[in-house]
Amino acid sequence: MTGVAGIKPGTRGRLRPVWEEEPTKAGLASKGVVLVLACLAVLFPLWVVVVTSLSSVRTITDAGGLVVIPRGITFVAYQELLGGGQVTRAAVISICVTVVGTLFSMAVSIMCAYGLSRPGSVLHRPLLLFMLATMFFGAGLIPTYLVVQGLGLTDSYLALILPSALNVFNILVLRAFFMSTAQELVESARIDGAGDFRILWQIIMPLSRAVIAVITLFYAVGYWSAWFNASIYISDPEMMPLQNVMNQLVLKQERPTGLTQVINTGHLSLLAIQMAVMVLALIPVAFLSPFVQKHFKEGMLTGAVKG
Amino acid sequence: MALSTDGRRAQGSPASPPAEKDGAARGPAPVSAKVPLRHRLRRDRTLLLMTLPAMLLLLVFAYVPLVGNVVAFQDYDPYIADNAFQAILQSPWVGFEWFQQMVNDRLFWSALGNTLTIFLLQLTLFFPVPILLALFINSFVRPRVRAVAQAILYLPHFFSWVLVITVFQQMFGGAGLIAQTLRENGYEGFDLMTNPGLFKFLITFEMIWKDAGWGVIVFLAALASVSQELYEASAMDGANRWRRMWHVTLPALRPVVALLLVLQVGNALTVGFEQILLQRTAVGPGASEVLDTYVWNVGITNGGFSYAAAVGIVKGIFGLLLVLGANKVAHLMGEQGVYKK
Repeated sequence: MTGVAGIKPGTRGRLRPVWEEEPTKAGLASKGVVLVLACLAVLFPLWVVVVTSLSSVRTITDAGGLVVIPRGITFVAYQELLGGGQVTRAAVISICVTVVGTLFSMAVSIMCAYGLSRPGSVLHRPLLLFMLATMFFGAGLIPTYLVVQGLGLTDSYLALILPSALNVFNILVLRAFFMSTAQELVESARIDGAGDFRILWQIIMPLSRAVIAVITLFYAVGYWSAWFNASIYISDPEMMPLQNVMNQLVLKQERPTGLTQVINTGHLSLLAIQMAVMVLALIPVAFLSPFVQKHFKEGMLTGAVKG
Repeated sequence: MALSTDGRRAQGSPASPPAEKDGAARGPAPVSAKVPLRHRLRRDRTLLLMTLPAMLLLLVFAYVPLVGNVVAFQDYDPYIADNAFQAILQSPWVGFEWFQQMVNDRLFWSALGNTLTIFLLQLTLFFPVPILLALFINSFVRPRVRAVAQAILYLPHFFSWVLVITVFQQMFGGAGLIAQTLRENGYEGFDLMTNPGLFKFLITFEMIWKDAGWGVIVFLAALASVSQELYEASAMDGANRWRRMWHVTLPALRPVVALLLVLQVGNALTVGFEQILLQRTAVGPGASEVLDTYVWNVGITNGGFSYAAAVGIVKGIFGLLLVLGANKVAHLMGEQGVYKK
């Protein structure tokens, strides 16, 4: 009656191999507690941040700081932040850098991965070695800085994209995946007269959607989270991306320009502003990563195993 | 002549995956000793063109800086010329002076000490957590529970360091939630974020919060590949839950653990650069300065490019030696390590 050989249906439809002991009630309960605690350790701080960003000055004062239980929800902090000030500009910069950078990184990486993935193509081994070698040495911070400076990239958005545009590991993952996709299809397309760009675009890429989604997310998160390049290559405060502004507002406790008066007159809590900036930085990754989650394993392992 | 080039290339490529060997026979562009190089270059010109942008980027941002390390042997003066490249050409050579200075530099040794302490903390406190978490998650039978737990535990990996540190400050800082709750109840508050004595534990704790969940993926994959028959057979032989874990599950994790340990040791001198840089001012350099932040501070902030580059070179060389050494040890222990022998 079991349906699957060797597997017996337990209570509430879970599948347990026949040879495995039934767990004790106490064991199951303690496991549940540990799991809930582990998840709470991640979720609780985020909850507090979100709730505080949505709280009124009154609620925040009553709570003496961070708010745990939501009461009197208001969107004032977000209205002020997104009303066209420092934070709005930083958010727009971050979005643009992330979109442009990710597209650029993906285009270059996919082309490179495909170019090195055709078996027996000329020079692919030396080129692969040229690429792999960079994984073993880092040139160091100072010479990299001097090169970026020498190229005249300082104080330009290119400095936020070009120096960290490529991740060799990501290219290896893509390459390994491209190599494992149906070679017969590629061959027949080639016989039908398709060139490499067409094969890549119409056959390989549609077949590799999962891994492309993962790598896109990796690159996008990289650009979105980056603050260090901006902090050393960019001196104009008007050009700072969101992470740097968040650093100033929250960790260094500076007041957002233009909002000082609203805060001083007590219409707005500085804490709510800080938390709202954090939520803005958090939203894209928190919403995007779950969609790609089921493919993470492929992305992590394909490259790692084949190297 | 083409034959000999082919032969050499086939030997000298430790990186190429085994899949390629039979690929030559069925691939669209078979390696053939009969086709001269110049024809093959023409045949594969589209493929070469496709790799060009990536190779250029690597050349400019990975290889050129490597050459740029010569400033460590110079008295580099950024103001000597308009352009950094010109300045390198015009700066005077000083030999190993900066390296000698480094040996007598108390701050350098302190940074090295901090780096190694943090590495050891990471190794003992951070490294086992993903393994334990993976075993734990793996023990749940229902796929739903696993999926939800993973989704939640992966999440912090995608947060920036600025965000993670801010979250920690809001929880454990002087004005944070815990201190605030303590004060409300008549106890004294505390500030974990500015305590130099606890700083190294703090950043290890932050690493665990951010990345332990992410590290689980690799171990879960290794666990998923263990054959169910092994469990069944050992259960038949009377092994209980713990015995099965000891004799089946843990041996299955061994190669992955070895590989990750080697990688970790290889990165021993690169511990949490961005993370520490963000918190450096709060606890002072005495407790928090590591080699990377020292290079940043001396070079970028104070303009001592040459000296900082010298520190960077020493760090790089030792890092490379550590990877090679750790890999050697892995081989001696019968594991595969990062690359094959």
